Amino acid sequence: MVKIDPSEVTPKHLYLSRRQFIGSTTALAAGALALAACKGNLPAVEPVTTPGASTATVVPASTPSASGATDELGDPLTSFQDITHYNNYYEFSTKKSAVADLAADFPISPWTIEVSGLVKDPKSYTPDDLQKFEPEERIYRLRCVEGWSMIIPWIGFPLHKLLKDVQPTSEATYVQFTTIYDPKNMPSQNSNLLEWPYVEGLRMDEAMHDLTLMVTGLYGQDLPKQDGAPIRLVVPWKYGFKGIKAIVKIELVDYQPISTWMLAASNEYGFYANVNPEVDHPRWSQATERRIGEVGRRRTLMFNGYEEEVASLYTGMDLEVNY
Amino acid sequence: MNARNKVFDRWFPILVHIACLLPIPWLVLDAWQGNLTANPIRGSILRTGKIALELLILSLACTPVNSIFGFKPALKVRRALGDYSFLYTSLHFAIFVSLDYGFDFQLVLDELIRPYALVGLIAGLLLVPLAITSFAPWPKRLGKDWKRLHNLVYGINLLAGLHFILVVKQGDTEPYLWMILIVFLLVLRIPFFRRFLSGFFTHKERLTLT
Repeated sequence: MVKIDPSEVTPKHLYLSRRQFIGSTTALAAGALALAACKGNLPAVEPVTTPGASTATVVPASTPSASGATDELGDPLTSFQDITHYNNYYEFSTKKSAVADLAADFPISPWTIEVSGLVKDPKSYTPDDLQKFEPEERIYRLRCVEGWSMIIPWIGFPLHKLLKDVQPTSEATYVQFTTIYDPKNMPSQNSNLLEWPYVEGLRMDEAMHDLTLMVTGLYGQDLPKQDGAPIRLVVPWKYGFKGIKAIVKIELVDYQPISTWMLAASNEYGFYANVNPEVDHPRWSQATERRIGEVGRRRTLMFNGYEEEVASLYTGMDLEVNY
Repeated sequence: MNARNKVFDRWFPILVHIACLLPIPWLVLDAWQGNLTANPIRGSILRTGKIALELLILSLACTPVNSIFGFKPALKVRRALGDYSFLYTSLHFAIFVSLDYGFDFQLVLDELIRPYALVGLIAGLLLVPLAITSFAPWPKRLGKDWKRLHNLVYGINLLAGLHFILVVKQGDTEPYLWMILIVFLLVLRIPFFRRFLSGFFTHKERLTLT
């Protein structure tokens, strides 16, 4: 039996107040939108006028739209154009601006996601099956380990909903994710740039946290291929590379998975990869970041600004060692 | 040498100057049209840095191009290539300090102590005396020391190549290719190879031997 209830992991008042906040930002949307438009970095963001739309099941729209124009800290969303044309997706290219074109013909249908390992009820899902987990909009900051960041209105559902569906056994302590291996359509998988396919992992309590999202869309639309379609992971308090894309396998295991980047450079990329301005990358500082669309730099926030929600997961851990 | 070659030789340095200046309007145009990726500040730092490196390597190629292929005009533009490299290095550094770090010198300093940045900084600083002394009256005033001073460019090339290697993430092979080219151009200067290759394609040596 799963012993962890998601409401135990995230204090309920936080969880609720965040949603309330997302709802109330809808009212502010118009004003913030005007402000952002003056800066010239915002696209067609159409504030949804129906209150509570952010928690309802999202139907893909034909034009990019989001329920709010800012994150909960009041900073404007990154443009749809930038979110879809500045992608770290090494399966296609190491050049961030080249991924959109190279991924354009990537086949994502048919697709199945196998959830197995230490579970009572292993299952395979098609992207359509996942609709039963009622994807909702979540506006999250994304901080790349390279020192830049975005604010993205994702559409997704908490991973804990999926995990509960397969009923992890009590031995399951970690979750391991694997990207599709498709060298015919992912050019870099023919090279030894990294160990393929891409693998990532989370500790069980991280995976069960309500902020941890399985993402199927953004800006009210189906997830663009360059952003990880048909389904990807988003863990907003961790560096972006933890957000594994084009997932085909989710396994519950009793060991700490070795991620692709740990294999490539374990001294630079650890298992946890929590955003932390005080723990530098061995080669560069992590104290600041460039918010895409802005000039100058911002101070990076502890746990990417989600400290209140997630710091308790790491109580007593040395974050210098567990980077 | 025929007349057509003479016309080309006269125009060659002018073409090189134009080619070296073109990246500036090209950069401005790309910035204007939003062609510098979603992170144009990073994009322009990378662009100016790479042009600086390429020009530095080109300046290194001038001597072997002359000695191996007998292309003399290359020697006439060697100094200019180095000076333009310094120009783009300055732009590279200026954008880093201004647009990227907003003149926050504490942050700039914090970044400059990282090996990748330090290596780049040293390369850039070493270019300063070379750029200054490449104009009159310094070449004459320094005499033999001028050549000795400007041999620094070999080390600067290696530092610049290393700077590029240190800044990329694992898996990016491009900077290693540039480094291989730098090392190759330096190896050509080892007396053994120099003697073997000089006039290789112009047959000058071989003709005198027969």
